[in-house]
Order: sequence, then structure tokens, then C-alpha cells
Amino acid sequence: MDVGIVSYGAYVPRYRITPEEIGKVWGEDGKAMGKGLFIVQKSVPAPDEDVVTISVAAARAMMARTDVDPREIGALYVGSESHPYAVKPTSTIVAEAIEATPDLTAVDMEFACKAGTAGIQACMGLVGSGMIEYGVAIGADTSQGAPGDALEYSASAGGAAYLIGKKDIIAKINRTISYTTDTPDFWRREGQPYPSHGGRFTGEPAYFRHITNATQRLLADAGTKPEDYKYAVFHQPNGKFPTRVATMMGFTDAQIEKGLMTPYIGNTYSGAVPIGLASVLDVAEPDDRILVVSYGSGAGSDAFDITVTDRIKKYKRDAAPTVAKIIGNVKNIDYATYAKYKGKIVMKEESS
Amino acid sequence: MPSTAREWREIPGRYNIKGSKCPECGKVFFPKRSMCPQCRRASIGKMAEYKVEGKGTVYTYSIVYDAPAANKRMKPYAVGMIRTDDGVLLTAQIVDANLEDIKIGMRVQAVLRKIDEDGPSGVIHYGFKFAPCE
Repeated sequence: MDVGIVSYGAYVPRYRITPEEIGKVWGEDGKAMGKGLFIVQKSVPAPDEDVVTISVAAARAMMARTDVDPREIGALYVGSESHPYAVKPTSTIVAEAIEATPDLTAVDMEFACKAGTAGIQACMGLVGSGMIEYGVAIGADTSQGAPGDALEYSASAGGAAYLIGKKDIIAKINRTISYTTDTPDFWRREGQPYPSHGGRFTGEPAYFRHITNATQRLLADAGTKPEDYKYAVFHQPNGKFPTRVATMMGFTDAQIEKGLMTPYIGNTYSGAVPIGLASVLDVAEPDDRILVVSYGSGAGSDAFDITVTDRIKKYKRDAAPTVAKIIGNVKNIDYATYAKYKGKIVMKEESS
Repeated sequence: MPSTAREWREIPGRYNIKGSKCPECGKVFFPKRSMCPQCRRASIGKMAEYKVEGKGTVYTYSIVYDAPAANKRMKPYAVGMIRTDDGVLLTAQIVDANLEDIKIGMRVQAVLRKIDEDGPSGVIHYGFKFAPCE
């Protein structure tokens, strides 16, 4: 039986900061940095937002669009590299907030920027094997960039949630494959507040190698060519990499445009590809074919070949805001406010 | 420091605005009560769980300039009384709105946000706040 997407929802915090504003503080040409990375602005979480609240917002949007009883959800996975707790799952809090407890399995996942798509694959396996009726996979992050580091221009916040099942699927996942190696291009050690990266090493041997190999293997398995897809969503640590990798493999700007959100919200890490796919599903029509390829440092890529079904015509897309609407509600902030919101200013500890 | 056990008991109310309803007189209570103060003995053991509507309107509001430690990074911010669509009056912070745009009668909906934490190594407490309706 076909396995696919039954519902989805996305969420991005409303605050934004521009590369110019960041560059001004560190004596760098922020405008040129933004142009080089193809990032116009990035999202910033409010002080009361974290991966839990972002995941819940996305999951509630997902549930608002479907009549599925949350108690039928048999698994819930939250993929992130910025879970609020080192020990204590995000996924249990999300499951409680959407009233899916207690008859389900839940766990947090981490694989840099691709833990959300890894969750989709896990749900596909459980649903396909008949172990569960529905599974939820969420990719969300409030990613960290050290003050003054190049990452600070892109590391942002957001997430998206997917309900995976067999009944009433709006998009069938025809196949998925992964390409995984041990490539230390980006990491964060236990207890460290900010990640480290290999600079230019994050490019050719890491992002480009894994994305191209995963894509080529998937196309070969599926017997498809780039032109068979109406949309393509590639992992987007900035706006430049996905544009370049798409051109390298024969995809056009028109194919990637709808799923390329990083220029407007920054790199949402585990949320990046899930939000890009949500943006595509917001406008997709029956029989549209979508290629989705995530990338997580460390390193691996998950590739998906997806076909939109007739069911999308009856799907309650309007029951939750589209990605375009979410990212249209913004408030720009300066660097001082950004530093305060992100907790980069050390406060004196006080009792509440 | 709040009790972790007490906070845990309040999760249904904090996350999903779950209160209770008296089966005798139909009155809704939030936070939940185990006995109706009007029907008293007749309600004991019969109080039903009641999920308060997550949408409502701003009944009144105020701007907080002198904030407790948990909210210091957000001040000034708005706290409002929200009349939910099923008539319950709740007090909560209003988020994701410019302060000058908040008006009595404005449509809002419940969102889950961080309320407080028991210090940097303690439990994080989540609960409902209200944001403008999409």
C-alpha cells in the first residue's frame, strides 16, 4: 500500500535581522556577505520560543488541516540539533501538546540539518510495515552561530511537521534513499554553546558530494530525469549552495524557486528542507512530482521522490497559514535586540 | 522555585487549556476544580474534563514595564484578559503583536510558549499565551 504525506504544517518566528545589521557590529561588509550567501534576512526566535514551541506550532498547524484523531498517531519524532534539553525529550512535550499521548513511541533525533527527513523515513518504515497507522516527523531548529562567526549571518529558527500515513495521502512518497559517510564538516561538542565548522570543507566534499550522490542514485532507481519534476527542494544552508547544486545537476531556477526559503528566513537547519517542501505543497496540484534532498553535516543526504495525489484538492490547506503567509508577518530587529533575544547577553541570575 | 510535581500536574491546563465542567449546573472552571462550589456534594466525582476554546477576543489588557526575571528580555510586553469563544475569561501574555496594534476586541488564539524555567539547569515550563489570529 502507498505511504505518503497525510498532512503538514510549518512555523517560522516573526523576528528578522539583516546581514547588514550583523556586519555593522563586527566591522564587516554585511551587505556583501548577504549577497554572497544569497540571504536577505534571517528569522530570530522570541525569548519565549525554542524548538519545543516551534515544533508544537508546526504540529498544531498540521493537525488543524486533517481530521485524523491525534490518538491514532503511533510515533512522533522531532529532529533538531537545538533541543532545549540535553536529556529530556522534546518529542514528549510535543506529543502532549497535540494530545497524542500516551499510546505512541516518541524520540528526539539529531543529524545536523537532516534529522527531520530522517524522521520521515522512520515513520515511512513503521507505517509501511503496519506497525502504526500514523507517524509524525518534525524538523525544527533554533540554530546557533557564534557571535562574529560567518554562521551568524545565516543561523535562524523555524520548523515543519509531517503526518505520515497510508489513508488519504495528499502526496505519495514513491521512494527514498540515503547517502551517508563519515565527513566531519560541521560539529558541536557536548556542552559547547556554538558549533564549529570546516570552512570551505563544508562545500565540495560535504554538501555537494552528498546531495549530488543521493540525487543521482534516486533518479537512477526511479528511472527519472530532472525535467520529470515540477519542483525540487535541496537543503539550503544559504541561498547559494542549493542554486549551484541544482544547476550542476540540470535543474532550473523555476524548479527550485518555490522551495527555496533560506534567502527570506535564513538557515533553519533541520527545518530547512521540511519548510521548503511545505512551501511547495502549499501550491502543488495533483500529479506534480517533487524531488526533495536534505543534507546533514557529519554527513548524509536523504532523497525523496514524491507525487502529489488528487486528494490535495479536498485537503484543508486553508485551515493553517501557508509558508508565504507565515513569512509575510515580520518584525525587523537590531543587533542589540537580537543578542538579547538569543541569550547572547549574560544576565544576572534572579529568582522569578 | 516551583515544584516540578505541581507543574507536571498542571500540564493539561497549561498546554491545552483543559479545565473542568460541573455536570449538574454546567459551569466551566479554569483551572480545573474537583468540586463545583455551587453544587458541592452533588458534583464530587462527577466533574468532567473540559477543553476551553483556543480562540477568543481581547477583553482588556495592560502593558507591563516592570517584569519578573523570567520575562525581563521581553519587556515591555502585554498581558491581557481573553474572553474565549465559549465564554471563559483567561489571563495570559499577548505575544507576536506590536504593542500599539493591540486593541480591546482583537481576535487572538492560544499558542504554546515558554513561561518560565527553574534556572539554567532546571525544568522548563511551557504554557499558553495568546497571539493575533492568522
